[in-house]
Amino acid sequence: MSIEVTGVSKRFGDFVALEDVSVSIPSGQLTALLGPSGGGKSTLLRIIAGLEWADAGTIGIEGLDATALPARKRGVGFVFQHYAAFKHLSVRRNVAFGLEIRKRPKDEIRRRVDELLALVHLEQFADRLPAQLSGGQRQRMALARALAVEPKVLLLDEPFGALDAKVRKELREWLRRLHDEVHVTTVFVTHDQEEALEVADEIVVINEGRVEQIGSPDQLYDSPANDFVMRFLGPVTQLGSELVRPHDVALAPGADDPDAVAGRVARVVRVGFEVRVEVSTGEQVVLATMTRTEFFRLGVDVGATVSVRVVPGAPVVPVLGSPVRSALEVPAR
Amino acid sequence: MRLTRASGLGLGVAMLWFSLLVLIPLAAVVATAAAGGWDGFWQAVTNEQTAAAIRLTVGTALLVTVVNVVMGTLIAWVLVRDRFPGQRALEVLIDVPFALPTIVAGLVLLSLYGPDSPLGVDIANTRAAVFLAFLFVTLPFVVRTVQPVLAELDREVEEAAASLGASRLTTFRRIILPALAPAIAAGAALSFARGVSEYGSLVLLSGNLPRRTEVTSVRILSSIENDNLDNAAAVATVLLAVSFAVIVALDVIQRRVGRRG
Repeated sequence: MSIEVTGVSKRFGDFVALEDVSVSIPSGQLTALLGPSGGGKSTLLRIIAGLEWADAGTIGIEGLDATALPARKRGVGFVFQHYAAFKHLSVRRNVAFGLEIRKRPKDEIRRRVDELLALVHLEQFADRLPAQLSGGQRQRMALARALAVEPKVLLLDEPFGALDAKVRKELREWLRRLHDEVHVTTVFVTHDQEEALEVADEIVVINEGRVEQIGSPDQLYDSPANDFVMRFLGPVTQLGSELVRPHDVALAPGADDPDAVAGRVARVVRVGFEVRVEVSTGEQVVLATMTRTEFFRLGVDVGATVSVRVVPGAPVVPVLGSPVRSALEVPAR
Repeated sequence: MRLTRASGLGLGVAMLWFSLLVLIPLAAVVATAAAGGWDGFWQAVTNEQTAAAIRLTVGTALLVTVVNVVMGTLIAWVLVRDRFPGQRALEVLIDVPFALPTIVAGLVLLSLYGPDSPLGVDIANTRAAVFLAFLFVTLPFVVRTVQPVLAELDREVEEAAASLGASRLTTFRRIILPALAPAIAAGAALSFARGVSEYGSLVLLSGNLPRRTEVTSVRILSSIENDNLDNAAAVATVLLAVSFAVIVALDVIQRRVGRRG
């Protein structure tokens, strides 16, 4: 295990940011800390980096107890949401900073910085100031700067949060490829479940200062530990007292199926290839999503009677005491 | 580059305003000094008493500026980065030397550090009095120019430096100082200019002893009182040149520090 977090608690005044959190982060992997804003994930990352101090608990990095070490001695690379660029230094000097203060020989620094700039595709911008770069370029510079000192672990705090959707998507794919090249243990914080599912080898879901579940993207999606994880990782709808994914809801014409719930099609919305069908069962409105082809094969329309059931083997989670809400619950962000 | 009508008008108004208030009076002073010819000018400024006054004023102003650069930055740092009881009061008190009429400041200094000092410190009629008076009136400049810039500094930049292995001192020297350099330089320029031109706060305590505690502003006044306008203009021209040189020097230093990192 590369990072070992044991029993970490942190309060800010009355606010409990983290409560007795223990996480093991494996070496060489790309791990996401996923959860809603204010859930404590950034605080945990900053505690690992030594930028924040835990009230209780210990932090181990590569088998070394780092709990009392200051940030500069932890061998951790940190990338901030808003880049934290050294504004008065050129891109090259930004990347070289960690090496310069370590008093490495000049030609070694030049060679290493050239390598890193090539890695993040910023060779032609070496002599510019950070202000002359776009957001995505600045973040790549920050990444090269963090990698320059060959950190034992690389921590990224909402690294793509300040970028627009298109650049964000490009950069996350790029981060995945970069990680496959560099193989440094990487932990990134995100509130975007799509980002976590797409990029991470392992996801740690954190909510209200506690770890809700740890697992691979598939494990989390297919067998969520509770209704929070289920809701957070994708769209859900409620059938009876169970939460289920709308694409796991099966509809059949007529009300003949004794194991299914009978209902009436209340609304049909087509979004591109996807069709969303809202079925009123009397006390609930259940959402089912399917492809166009499936919808045409079903051959129903608004007002038709259908039987609703969950596809066998699909993950369901009991709803604990929460009232029936709208048909579609958009995952919380 | 072509100017639009609006920006052309703006530039015109700004230049006219600047000319009326600054350029023309300065040119007049230089012209008056030049009227007596080079020999007259040289004689005026190398006069033993005048030269002593210039040395004292410029030297003390430089020294005070150096002290202000260090102390002003320190005070600004404490005001921005620390939380302590009485902070609001200190915030307000910092401006007192600036807001006080200088002759009132002079009176305060005389009663505190004069012959009847309740503290038992009598520096009346010494060069220390000039130094102290300069220090008193120039205190707020560096503090007030550095404070807002420091407050706007991104703390994450310091955290980034720390995570890259920089100590607090290295972070200050290579990351914070370059960002503060323009503000420090601006404060230093104001502080120096104010020192060179100071009159009211020191005139009571320093005693204005020729060749010992007489400063240039006092010297200029006495020249005018003796109806020697050329002499006064010559001294003023020297001060003008010195101030200009200091402002240019500060700008050069500031740029160098800002780029270093």
